Amino acid sequence: MPADLTQSVSISRAPRRLGAILSPRIAYGLAAPSVLLLVLTVMAPIMMMILLSFTSYKFGETGIEWIGIGNYAQLFGDRTFRRALWNTFAYVLMVAPASVLLGLFLAVLIDGLSKGQRFYRLIFFLPVTATVVAMAMVWKYLLHGTIGPFNLLLQSLGLPSLDVFGGRDLALAGLAAINIWSLAGFNMVLFAAGLTAVPEDLYEAAAMDGMDSKFDRFLNVTLPLLGPVTMFVIVTSTITAFKVFDTVAVITHGGPRGATDVLLYTTYLEGFSYFRMGSAAAMTVVFLAIMMVFAWIQARVLDRKVHYR
Amino acid sequence: MNRPHRFRPGQILSHVILLFLAFLFMFPFYVMIVTSVRSPAELFVPEFRWLPESFTGLRYYIQAVADIPALTFLKNGVLISGGILIVQLLTAIPCAYALAKFEFRGRDLLFALVLFSLTVPIQAPALPLFLGLNAIGAIDTYFAAMVPFFLSVFAIFLFRQTFRTYPDEIIQAARLDGMSEWAILWTVVVPGCLPSVAAFSIFSVTAHWNDLYWPMVVIRSNDLMTPPLGLAFFADSESGANYGALMAMATILTAPLMIGFLLAQRHFIRGITMTGVK
Amino acid sequence: MTAAVQLRNISKSFGETQTLRDVSLAIRPGEFMSLVGPSGCGKSTLLRILAGLAPQSGGTISIDGTGIDHLPPSARDIAMVFQSYALYPHMTVRQNIATPLRMRRLPAPARLPGIGRLWPGQRSKHNGIDQAVIDAARLVEIEPMLDRRPAALSGGQRQRVALARAIVRHPRVFLMDEPLSNLDARLRVTMRAEIAALHRRLGATFVYVTHDQVEAMTMSDRVAVMMDGEIVQCASPAQLYGNPRDLRVARFIGSPEIATISSDELIAENGGFAPVLPRDPVTVAFRPEAVLLSPAADHLEIPATLERIEQLGPELLVFLRLGSGTRLSARAAAGRIPLSAEGQSLSAWLPARGFMLFDANGRRLDAPHIREFADAG
Repeated sequence: MPADLTQSVSISRAPRRLGAILSPRIAYGLAAPSVLLLVLTVMAPIMMMILLSFTSYKFGETGIEWIGIGNYAQLFGDRTFRRALWNTFAYVLMVAPASVLLGLFLAVLIDGLSKGQRFYRLIFFLPVTATVVAMAMVWKYLLHGTIGPFNLLLQSLGLPSLDVFGGRDLALAGLAAINIWSLAGFNMVLFAAGLTAVPEDLYEAAAMDGMDSKFDRFLNVTLPLLGPVTMFVIVTSTITAFKVFDTVAVITHGGPRGATDVLLYTTYLEGFSYFRMGSAAAMTVVFLAIMMVFAWIQARVLDRKVHYR
Repeated sequence: MNRPHRFRPGQILSHVILLFLAFLFMFPFYVMIVTSVRSPAELFVPEFRWLPESFTGLRYYIQAVADIPALTFLKNGVLISGGILIVQLLTAIPCAYALAKFEFRGRDLLFALVLFSLTVPIQAPALPLFLGLNAIGAIDTYFAAMVPFFLSVFAIFLFRQTFRTYPDEIIQAARLDGMSEWAILWTVVVPGCLPSVAAFSIFSVTAHWNDLYWPMVVIRSNDLMTPPLGLAFFADSESGANYGALMAMATILTAPLMIGFLLAQRHFIRGITMTGVK
Repeated sequence: MTAAVQLRNISKSFGETQTLRDVSLAIRPGEFMSLVGPSGCGKSTLLRILAGLAPQSGGTISIDGTGIDHLPPSARDIAMVFQSYALYPHMTVRQNIATPLRMRRLPAPARLPGIGRLWPGQRSKHNGIDQAVIDAARLVEIEPMLDRRPAALSGGQRQRVALARAIVRHPRVFLMDEPLSNLDARLRVTMRAEIAALHRRLGATFVYVTHDQVEAMTMSDRVAVMMDGEIVQCASPAQLYGNPRDLRVARFIGSPEIATISSDELIAENGGFAPVLPRDPVTVAFRPEAVLLSPAADHLEIPATLERIEQLGPELLVFLRLGSGTRLSARAAAGRIPLSAEGQSLSAWLPARGFMLFDANGRRLDAPHIREFADAG
């Protein structure tokens, strides 16, 4: 964030804050509880987790045996883990693009309305606030193979019924649909903020410059100006989708036959069901590494976000 | 006001599309509520009916409150997300104030650690935290359910940004008036930054009310279950047969946040999306 | 490349409130016409209606005798410079200036951002556009900045880019909506001269909206003064100053503001005014240069108190107060009057003829020779 950098530079040159002439002891006192918690609940556990990933520790055992990169070697040879990784990426590839496009579509459509903007924003944002676990129950019933309203609808239209969570083919897509439903409204709000930031007279200038059709103005003005927001929404949606856990834990438990095994759920089972802490830690390290890549991309995107202004 | 791309036929088409999508988006909520008030026999009729044939009224709601400890889950939800929020505010606000308005050695390092921790989800420190809590015999307590969230680096980051824009002159005037730093922070600066505090509070309560992962790790007994955990546990143990009671319970446990949202839409939207906008 | 613009009985209302009532204005080919007035007088609304960005509630607009009311903004052969410049932040200066030509000359697929260049058969058009962009940029002296983004430019440079984007189309009419209001005072003076020079060079019709009367007076062939949704007077700058038709115009034009005294008070101060003023009570107005601080022929003396002196270098502005509290100002050459303490009593000499008279509604009484402003013909 360049703005922050320049500010801190100018401050170090000429200290303007009165705090500088006060005893820094006050500042340490103010920060101490947070620093303590930061060390105890974030830093130390992460260090321990990384160390743990080089052991074969199982919960309940008394001794700890170092096995080097044994856990990692085993992970990538493990078909279950590879499947979980693959499922997670497939899930992200379904959720992120669809929720971003749907969010953009909703935001643009609603922004063009002269009446009812508030009403639609309310409707589409409602799933964002709903408790995922509760809504997962509803969706499970909704898509139920025999008694679910969705299938009753298909049958009444003379179509074959679909057992979404009963078969391997559609289970992951079914979970993705739930996430798209709950994420689209979130993305819509971010895009709406981006749209209101487009100055009105830019559209007027575009009209003067010969962009007569809505489509011309959307392509030449709206879309390029939403570019930075779009990048940002893509990254946050990717991160959100990557952390999928609740729906898997409630609806499918990773099934049927591993079709919805995802990274966090597999790690959870490994650590807290089978209590194989060592290999669970190795999985967590892989998960954290991927998160760090996303975070790095996000930071780059944030840099670009300031660029136009 | 008169953005040139607003004209009538397009308006009508937009409304048609949006109303259709709105219907799809609302359908799960409708199913949840209508299922909670219809008799189980109707569920197995091979045809979807919009309204219940026999209205069961509040029967399942009473059942959810009486037989299943829905009220206990609600209470736990309030205690845990409320407790987390209070400690988060008490620790993050002073730290953010120090980062925003003081110069001290290690400040940049501390802020760098805060920025790094922003990207760390709860799942990363979960295993060692579980082991540590187990070692001190704290598994299956409120404390265990709350402790990983006592520190909110997001709150520190957010409040630091807010406090930085708070005018130094007012703080200096308060110092000249003889107020202590602690008093300045809580009686001068924080009241001036209430919108940020409110937005963060909504964000925090929503996140922890809805969280399933960590309660699943550390909570064992029914008495301590949070709404999502209780719901998930109940769904599994009933093997999903009693849909009426399940939907009634889902309605009860989702209701507090939904009502909050309907009452304070703008604050909610701001609070929940602030991770994205900032 | 230049055109006459006719506005006939334009009105505009937003719900109950009427922002424009029955505005008529005839702009001659190649004329620099300013619309000036306090904020909220409807001048920007009128400009937007002329541009086609907002529809009028009533009345017609024609350019060179052809009605343009049904045309979209882009088909009116009008260019506009916006107050905020409205440059596309994601485009370079070159792309910004090229946009109006790209939209007009290229077929839709070739206009697509990025890949448009690959569309076949457009090379000569592309080359023509590139050359036109360079010519326009050269005219406003921003050629070296063609590959920068607007964010990397200063306010003055952005202003020039906005001008170039308007020039590049060679439109018949230029509209400018307070184009200088976002610049600092010094740059404003420079750009004022440049826009006036540009007008002379292009010979096109300019319609210039501003709230700054100095801008309007220094640049324009004619100025239309707008108040409360109406054109109160449209005349050359000299006429507006010397021969205002309305007290509001007289007050709006000129600094320091014209001084007004009721005829009763004037007669009470010096009975000599009684024979030269009408019998009914009127308002008498004096420009600062009409007020003298030493005796002169055809002038009558009235007693006053010195309130304040402003030094402007070669001349002074002297602010006076009459017994009743009415204020007067006078211009005087520096060194001509003995400077003295505030509150000092002195005498002012006011002209006994050639002053301006206004009735109770602010209408000018003494100037039957003023031409009707709405010579729509």
